Amino acid sequence: MKKNSGKSFKKTRLKYEEYFFRWVMFLSNYIIALILGFIIYTILKTGIPALSLEMITETPKGGFYFGKEGGVLNAIIGSLYLGLGSTFLAFVVGLPVALFMNTWLMNKKRTVNLVRFILDLLWGVPSIVYGAFGFTLMVLLGLKASLLAGIIVIALLILPIMIRGIDEGLKNIPKGLYEASYSLGSTKSETAFKVMMKQTMPCIITAVLLSFGRAIGDTAAVLFTTGFTDNIPTSLSQPTATLPLAIFFQLSSPIPEVKQRAYAAAVILTAIILVISILSRVFTYRYKKHSIKF
Amino acid sequence: METTHFSSSLLEDKNEADASIQNKETTYFYRKKVDGANQETERNKGEASKIEVRGLNLKIKNKVILNDINVKIPRNKITIILGPSGCGKTTLMKSMNRLTELYPEMNVKGEIFIDGEEILNSRRDVTEIRKQMGLLSQRPYPLPMSIYKNVAYGLKISGRLKKRFLDKRVEHYLRQASLWNEVKDRLRDPASGLSIGQQQRLCLARGLAVDPDIILADEPTSALDPISSQEIEKKFVELKNNYTIVMVTHILRQAARIADYVVFMYLGEVIEQGPANEFFNNPKTEITKAYLKGSIN
Ligand SMILES: Nc1ncnc2c1ncn2[C@@H]1O[C@H](COP(=O)(O)OP(=O)(O)O)[C@@H](O)[C@H]1O
Ligand SMILES: [Mg+2]
Repeated sequence: MKKNSGKSFKKTRLKYEEYFFRWVMFLSNYIIALILGFIIYTILKTGIPALSLEMITETPKGGFYFGKEGGVLNAIIGSLYLGLGSTFLAFVVGLPVALFMNTWLMNKKRTVNLVRFILDLLWGVPSIVYGAFGFTLMVLLGLKASLLAGIIVIALLILPIMIRGIDEGLKNIPKGLYEASYSLGSTKSETAFKVMMKQTMPCIITAVLLSFGRAIGDTAAVLFTTGFTDNIPTSLSQPTATLPLAIFFQLSSPIPEVKQRAYAAAVILTAIILVISILSRVFTYRYKKHSIKF
Repeated sequence: METTHFSSSLLEDKNEADASIQNKETTYFYRKKVDGANQETERNKGEASKIEVRGLNLKIKNKVILNDINVKIPRNKITIILGPSGCGKTTLMKSMNRLTELYPEMNVKGEIFIDGEEILNSRRDVTEIRKQMGLLSQRPYPLPMSIYKNVAYGLKISGRLKKRFLDKRVEHYLRQASLWNEVKDRLRDPASGLSIGQQQRLCLARGLAVDPDIILADEPTSALDPISSQEIEKKFVELKNNYTIVMVTHILRQAARIADYVVFMYLGEVIEQGPANEFFNNPKTEITKAYLKGSIN
């Protein structure tokens, strides 16, 4: 009798616990969706009226910063150059590093974990620090603020994201797949580049997307390193505008038209990230079907 | 007496399986290195066993996993490594193609000879050594690519080939693994979409494509349904004319059905080894007798 009641008490407690946590999860999901919706709503509400074809097809004209004609094409192109360039650079460097960590250093768990720890630390370093570091480096080398300097600094900023993103995917590949590959007589590089890279392709795409998102959205690291200009850069050594800085400058203007254009620029930035996300989803889907499920 | 009775019924199973396979006219073997293989056999005629393990010891952090293993595995036969789980069968098999190198915690000492040539401490390129052996694992691990590319991968690893030859060879090895008819219309589909049984046969085709002399199979049927398991067993009986097959199992009946030679392990040691007939009908040690009776698992 006693035993029985104890059991049923436990049962009801478990039931309430289950109930409680389901609601917590339910609520947090909705809160996140709500916040996201609110952000997008604010940007769209203020930005859409100011958005025009002129905004995305023209560079700033003489009176642009007083609310007159012109657009932010310089910043759009600049941001794309910077985002794509730095993502590409970080990918070219990061992919081999991640593969190396998981294939050649497979038996050196301690070394790999140390590398992971350092990368996670770097991931957490605020981007203004990268900007300051980049600035110091530029002064030391006698370089001027330019697209190239920006690409390099941003690449450094996103490298930890890139490496750790790919590394997380590689880390979870079971040893059996390595054994299968080696048992066929594959070398380490064949195993890394022909087998493991394919297996972890969805993770690679996600890592690239995350890196790109961070690269195109970052403001602090480019503040000193890319400069700002109304022209579209025609070479790596020229300074360049970026969308985040364009938003920043326009937002701090006292003129309402200019302020509104900051939101329009934000809409453009969000749209770029959205397009890249959708593209990457499509690619992930196409590659996912080849990955072996464990 | 009881033991003998039990095992002879097991052996009947084996004879049936053998007979049913010989009735089939499925001998479409042609091998890339036929000449080379013959030469090799010529050269090693004195060498009775294909693989010989001598004084192999393996420790993990001072824990003895394999203790002084001495095994001779005969050429072109099916050798079954038998024993309760955890006794070191997988580890012994991994030593043979040096996959133990993927486990830094393993400390391997001893010698393994293949065709009389030492491989464990050899300076030879380990990839070359591994190409002599195809591996089937407990759970199939197809490569993350299409069915076609899985087999082509093995072919490409063993040398560059023209597209035309590649198609032919891929078909050949898929046929050898009895998979061709099921996949010929979807060669470009991802291998991950195959059933587990099909995946295991794909792994067999891929392993054969590297053109090894030896097939190492670690409980290759343990994840499979009974029909797929039977297909793998049949395949092995066919393949033993051309390959030396080493298979790990803990299923007594399976061992009895297809074994020519048995290595029986217990707690990291080889207790007994010999021809299957002798092993099942006339076990020498008490442990073997107990195992055959089913009182050790
Ligand atoms: N990587 C490893 N680390 C620690 N112990 C291991 C490792 N691999 C195998 N072992 C141990 O070695 C013993 C033999 O394992 P295994 O060869 O897999 O046995 P079997 O294949 O006969 O079931 C087991 O006790 C197992 O726990
Ligand atoms: Mg095992």
